[in-house]
Amino acid sequence: MSNALSKVKLPYLLLLPGFLFLFTFFILPIINLAQTSTQTPISGGDTGQNEQTFHFVNYLNAFNENKEQFARSFIFALCATVLALTIAYPLAYAIAFKAGKLKNVLLVLVVAPFFVSFLLRTIAWKQILGEEGFVVPTLRSFGIISQSTTLTSTSFAVIMGMTYNFLPFMTLPLYASLERIDPRTMEASGDLYANGITTFRKVTLPLSMPGVVAGTLLTFIPAAGDYVNAAILGSPNTKMIGNVIESRYFKIVDYPTAAALSFTLMAAILILVTIYIRKAGTEELV
Amino acid sequence: MNKQTDATIPTIPAKARLSRWFGRNLIRIYAVFGFTYLFIPVLYTFAFSFNNSGKSNLIWKGFTLNNWRNPCGAPEVCSALGNSIKIGLLATTFSTILGTMIAFAIGRYAFKGRSTSNLLIFLPMATPEIVLGASLLSLFLVFHINPGFWPTVIAHVMFCISFVVVTVKARIASLDPRLEQAAMDLYANELETFRRVTLPLVAPGIAGAALLAFSLSFDDFIITNFNSGTLTTFPKFVYVSAARGIPAQANVIGSGMFMLALFIVIAGQFVGRKVKVSK
Repeated sequence: MSNALSKVKLPYLLLLPGFLFLFTFFILPIINLAQTSTQTPISGGDTGQNEQTFHFVNYLNAFNENKEQFARSFIFALCATVLALTIAYPLAYAIAFKAGKLKNVLLVLVVAPFFVSFLLRTIAWKQILGEEGFVVPTLRSFGIISQSTTLTSTSFAVIMGMTYNFLPFMTLPLYASLERIDPRTMEASGDLYANGITTFRKVTLPLSMPGVVAGTLLTFIPAAGDYVNAAILGSPNTKMIGNVIESRYFKIVDYPTAAALSFTLMAAILILVTIYIRKAGTEELV
Repeated sequence: MNKQTDATIPTIPAKARLSRWFGRNLIRIYAVFGFTYLFIPVLYTFAFSFNNSGKSNLIWKGFTLNNWRNPCGAPEVCSALGNSIKIGLLATTFSTILGTMIAFAIGRYAFKGRSTSNLLIFLPMATPEIVLGASLLSLFLVFHINPGFWPTVIAHVMFCISFVVVTVKARIASLDPRLEQAAMDLYANELETFRRVTLPLVAPGIAGAALLAFSLSFDDFIITNFNSGTLTTFPKFVYVSAARGIPAQANVIGSGMFMLALFIVIAGQFVGRKVKVSK
């Protein structure tokens, strides 16, 4: 009896410490953030001192002041996600099916750039694409870009940087789902007179959809909230919502607006993700 | 007449042969481009670690080994690295233990609240880092906890747990249940089965999760920036010094970490193969 009872309890006992931790340091902060977002500064108080006044207008003001940055965040993140998918899918496909003995080595190489700090790599891009780098003079000498065109401090550079930084997050789930496909299903499709393109469209792609969904989410979500790429590779004209939140926290010390912006960003992402998962039809994600 | 018989011999014109070769190897060519894109900044960072640059490592000024001989030569760079490693090891330990326990609960048992648990694991991954960092900082401020070393460790454990759970769970899901049944058939009790069969089989997944957690923690900037206060970690050091030029020593450390990670992963694969053979 006691044995059966402990068996029922066991999963909960395993969950308890981790969930207690997540509750304290993830759920509670989010609730607290929601509270902060409707506060207003105490009149005559120091900067950063606020009181709860349920001032929901904070949301409206924060959104109206930063519409442009919100729109830019989602457009940039979408571009980076699509680009990363078009680069990562053939890469993952080649590793899964065409690499032979090199499979494990190539898989390690996909993750390896992670270990050179992400900031160092982003700054490396800035210098490669910058005036002293080799890309700009080469493109200019071939007349591909005009003498006055620069590559850094542009939307192009920010999107390219995000694509680059989140590429492993796209490649790994794609590889995981492609690798699980039984090659015999593709052979069967060929035996039934499907050509390469049809086999890909009707067999390989649908079977790899869980990887596509996981990869696009793991790229889109951090990209939408990112501010480092925009700060290093962009200009004041390419500011994203992350840059605004960061400066509200650290430079302007306006916690309620920063909280309202954070919450709006999170809500927007959650809504988009829910719609996307419904459309893609994969419920079992993690 | 003679010419016609020549034509029937299956010799494919060079142009067609070339295009067929391209068709067959297109995906490989594409993969080579993909890897080139991934490695351009890595190679750049590595090359500029040998730059005789002085303070600002922007323009190539000549080859030197001095940066590699004295990686701590630039002020603060090694204390920042030390902080990052300490935080990374602590965050990896805690998040791997907590995450593995959750992964076993979700991966192995059917219980009430399982889908809610899955959601709770997914949510931190669906939350942008800046929101995680900002909200945690707000909580610390409410309780008058100053940002610094331990708040950073807590923040890292928090965002690493989900990644550990997902990685270990995938490994548990891929296990053949017949192996455990076989152990039970051979009169092993549950604890023995777990210790001698399940755990060794899941171990590579746990090791992979730990490596992932360490690399996420070591490389994290956004959440760290919110919760570390005046403490400098390696990514923070790079970000702050970017304004006035990054010392070449930072490139040395980045390249060194890269090689160390490659070594660990390749050695891990080698050890894994050996264990398999010896069994």
